[in-house]
Amino acid sequence: MNATEYVVRVRDVVKEYEMGKLTVRALAGVNLDIIRGEYLSIMGPSGSGKSTLFNMIGGLDKPTSGSVFIDDVDMAQLDAQELAYLRCHRIGYIFQTFNLIPVMTALENITLPMIFAGVTADEARERGVELLTLVGLGGRVQHKPTELSGGQQQRVAIARSLANNPSIILADEPTGNLDLKTGKEIIELLKRLQTERNVTIISATHDLKMLDISDRIVWIRDGRIERLERREDLDLQVGEVEGVSG
Amino acid sequence: MNSTQPESKTIRKQIKLPLSVALRISLQNIKIRFLRSMITAAGIFLGIAFFVSVRATSLMTPATNPGDTAAIEAANRQTWLVVMSLLMCTVGITNSMLMAVTERYKEIGTMKCLGALDSFVVKLFFIESSFLGFFASVFGFLGGFLLVFLLNLIRQGGEVFSVIHWGAVFALFGISVSIGVALTVVATILPAIRAAKMPAAAALRVEV
Ligand SMILES: Nc1ncnc2c1ncn2[C@@H]1O[C@H](COP(=O)(O)OP(=O)(O)OP(=O)(O)O)[C@@H](O)[C@H]1O
Ligand SMILES: [Mg+2]
Repeated sequence: MNATEYVVRVRDVVKEYEMGKLTVRALAGVNLDIIRGEYLSIMGPSGSGKSTLFNMIGGLDKPTSGSVFIDDVDMAQLDAQELAYLRCHRIGYIFQTFNLIPVMTALENITLPMIFAGVTADEARERGVELLTLVGLGGRVQHKPTELSGGQQQRVAIARSLANNPSIILADEPTGNLDLKTGKEIIELLKRLQTERNVTIISATHDLKMLDISDRIVWIRDGRIERLERREDLDLQVGEVEGVSG
Repeated sequence: MNSTQPESKTIRKQIKLPLSVALRISLQNIKIRFLRSMITAAGIFLGIAFFVSVRATSLMTPATNPGDTAAIEAANRQTWLVVMSLLMCTVGITNSMLMAVTERYKEIGTMKCLGALDSFVVKLFFIESSFLGFFASVFGFLGGFLLVFLLNLIRQGGEVFSVIHWGAVFALFGISVSIGVALTVVATILPAIRAAKMPAAAALRVEV
């Protein structure tokens, strides 16, 4: 088996939002194959359709037309319970606003997806502590989100995304609400997880710090993929990068 | 810890969680948002207290003679008031639960991203509200009953003890709690549907 294995395949995906009489075309026919284990960044100006693509790949919303395959399963074929299973087991989500459940401690946040997956409380606890240690927060088990800094909250969220050993981690602007230094640490953590645990990381971002560690970068504009490049080829293009950071 | 790819790639159906999980999360919700929960509960508390005070008064006053039309009319008017006040507090609960759903849109969306089924989200809201409804009704009963009891104790002295029918008081307790819980559950139908329909993508929404 030498052929490249694709963990996600996006085929002719169009997404339109109805806004009263107006139709907004957020994605205008996107094709994309994501290689298992790669770090893929989706870059593009504000409103270009990054979050919309995130929703499609994450099974959070349905395309108007076209299809998305995760591990060769067509998501359109899944019913609500199967979709919930997919979200719970196959995909880990990381958000710009961290999205920890405010009423729960760091540990409870991390064990929640395990509870949803039917893992026993004891095992969930054990794995949760392990994951918190992995992201460098072993001492913050009982802290509530409000007692943690932004960077720490994002670390908890990253640990939570790994809860059920997903094949994909999807991140939407994971560094968008963090300062430069903290953002860098989060990016490094994601990179480390990708190499150590062999997870596929797909991250929508404006953050140019992300370029250094991505294996491939998808540039998207007005709902279309403008170009797709590997990091090795990137150095030539630095001049063009500036215009994108809107 | 080496690479841990999922053992099998088949997509199964997400499991239904035992009620105890939803129960624990609901109670946490009440505890953390204590003030807001108490305000929600206050509606039911007051409604039930009023209902109980009206009913308890008739339990503690010697029976009116059947021909007394004025007394019957007064009783009817009171029933009308009680029904209206209970309806008002139902609407109040619906309102505050709807606000709770709006407030927690991101949390609900996130839970769905993590694998929560719609039915689980629905359970969370029903458990939360019926729990509040139950305790508010119990305290509403105690509040309403004790108030009337004390007033009658002052007015009639030891007489009340001979007039009062404890079996009826006990029945009143059962009725009040049932009404209180039933009304909160009814009041939560709309908010729970709204919560269940919240798209998972709501987790990504960023307010500007
Ligand atoms: N729920 C929605 N309803 C209507 N239009 C939407 C909705 N979500 C996104 N859009 C529109 O789709 C287009 C793409 O939005 P999207 O959020 O995917 O952009 P983005 O690349 O993530 O931008 P940003 O960098 O600002 O997060 C925009 O024009 C946006 O207004
Ligand atoms: Mg976005």
